[in-house]
Amino acid sequence: MRTLISISDLSKTYSGGFQALKGINLDIRDGEILALLGPNGAGKTTLISIICGLINASTGSVTVDGYDIVDDYRMTRSKIGLVPQELTTDSFESVKDTLAFSRGLFGKKPDPGHIEKVLKDMSLWDKRDNKIMELSGGMKRRVLIAKALAHEPEILFLDEPTAGVDVELRKDMWHHINALRESGVTIILTTHYIEEAEEIADRVGVISHGKIIIVEEKTELMQKLGKKQLTLELQHELADVPDTLNAYKLELSDDGLRLIYTYDSQEERTGIAGLLSDLHDASIKFKDLHTTQSSLEDIFVTLVREGQ
Amino acid sequence: MNFHAVKAIYLFEMARTIRTLFQSVVSPVISTSLYFVVFGSAIGSRITEIDGISYGSFIVPGLIMLSILTQSVANASFGIYFPKYSGTIYELLSAPVSYFEIILGYVGAAATKSIILGLIILSTAGLFVPIQIAHPLWMLIFLVLTAVTFSLFGFIIGIWANSFEQLQIIPLLVVTPLVFLGGSFYSIDMLPPLWQKITLFNPVLYLVSGFRWSFYEIADVSVAWSLTMITVFLGVCMFTVWWIFKTGYQVKK
Repeated sequence: MRTLISISDLSKTYSGGFQALKGINLDIRDGEILALLGPNGAGKTTLISIICGLINASTGSVTVDGYDIVDDYRMTRSKIGLVPQELTTDSFESVKDTLAFSRGLFGKKPDPGHIEKVLKDMSLWDKRDNKIMELSGGMKRRVLIAKALAHEPEILFLDEPTAGVDVELRKDMWHHINALRESGVTIILTTHYIEEAEEIADRVGVISHGKIIIVEEKTELMQKLGKKQLTLELQHELADVPDTLNAYKLELSDDGLRLIYTYDSQEERTGIAGLLSDLHDASIKFKDLHTTQSSLEDIFVTLVREGQ
Repeated sequence: MNFHAVKAIYLFEMARTIRTLFQSVVSPVISTSLYFVVFGSAIGSRITEIDGISYGSFIVPGLIMLSILTQSVANASFGIYFPKYSGTIYELLSAPVSYFEIILGYVGAAATKSIILGLIILSTAGLFVPIQIAHPLWMLIFLVLTAVTFSLFGFIIGIWANSFEQLQIIPLLVVTPLVFLGGSFYSIDMLPPLWQKITLFNPVLYLVSGFRWSFYEIADVSVAWSLTMITVFLGVCMFTVWWIFKTGYQVKK
């Protein structure tokens, strides 16, 4: 897959001296959904603000489809749609007018047909003549997305699109985002919600303290860093783990009725067969067993901790 | 040139005026009528003619200038301050528009509104006093130049302001006093010699004087000086706006 956005050695130090980005290098592929995960203040919004032209970078460069974001800003910005984190909408304008304004601002001639399509896709057609101030928070969020799509961008930046949005609307958003990807739009979203990245992203990038800690295919990341755990439900309470089983670094639950074995699923030999055999030798009987895989959230927490 | 963007900004700003059409048109008509009742009839009847012009007619260009200056500053400063305040400026900054196009949209709309307002006041004044326009083309040139210059000045105030209070402070404490002290309602010949000298430092004097000349061919300072001063002020405003966008002052972090 070809690289659509290329970020090289990008740094940003604000006038107060705070270094928000520290030498970011990242390639974003055409047609993918990339989720940027990171705690508050990690630099996610600064990164996308620089690419979109809201903030000047201190050093480094960004190209979009081969064009530099500073020297060829007209080319790069016309390809990008941005949905900001805050609900920053006009108040007195109608929904339809605000979309027409956005389309014009991005240099596209009026196209009522496209505006109608976007409004219908975003379930806003019924509200097209309403003033924006009359809409609910969820609808305003959809208006922001519709505004970003009014000029038919190739790339869509969504800065925490589902922050403060109820579960139903969040799922609705995911559906819309997936539909956009299907239509060929490259999507970069920042989020706090791991489940969001897990649900819709192709790749996941983790930012912490202004640095990209890792960028991986979501499934590979989970496989590579995902630990598996085997939990054995014992038939009889166990006071201590016998010394003969020390090699497995087993954890015994407080009630003595569960043994937990953590192993790397990528290893050729997981050690499960040996463990079961040694348990038999130690006369420890179990009535049930199950395995669990660590979630993206566990991986994220581990990565951020290690990054610190 | 992104003409669609200029048009979008211009129409967006003009739509704001249309939404508030009643206040936009009726309030200047009422206030102008009040000025004529107070200055034209009540006080003006006791003032002798100035250079052969009745006092009521004499103040018309000054009244129009008062509205043009204050409205240009108010329209343009609010136009750019509000997106800054509400956060919607993100869209402007992320759009493929040049600084020139942004200014053309905002300042163009603010100046258009002021010019329309000026013409409404002129028509209203015509209902109260006889008006003659000796040089209609020059009258329009002064009107447009002043509206554009002070809209640019308002744009700068809108960028600079960090609160609604700051947005009001320059128009209230600087623009309005300068207009009142700039010979809008009197000829500076009526002032003592020292104040005449001091008034020459007031840039508004040159605007009012040039504008009044286009009506009655009477002026406190030469027309060439009036044109020079307004061009200088326009140049200063253009340079300041260029610097604002070059450095990102108050706009980009």
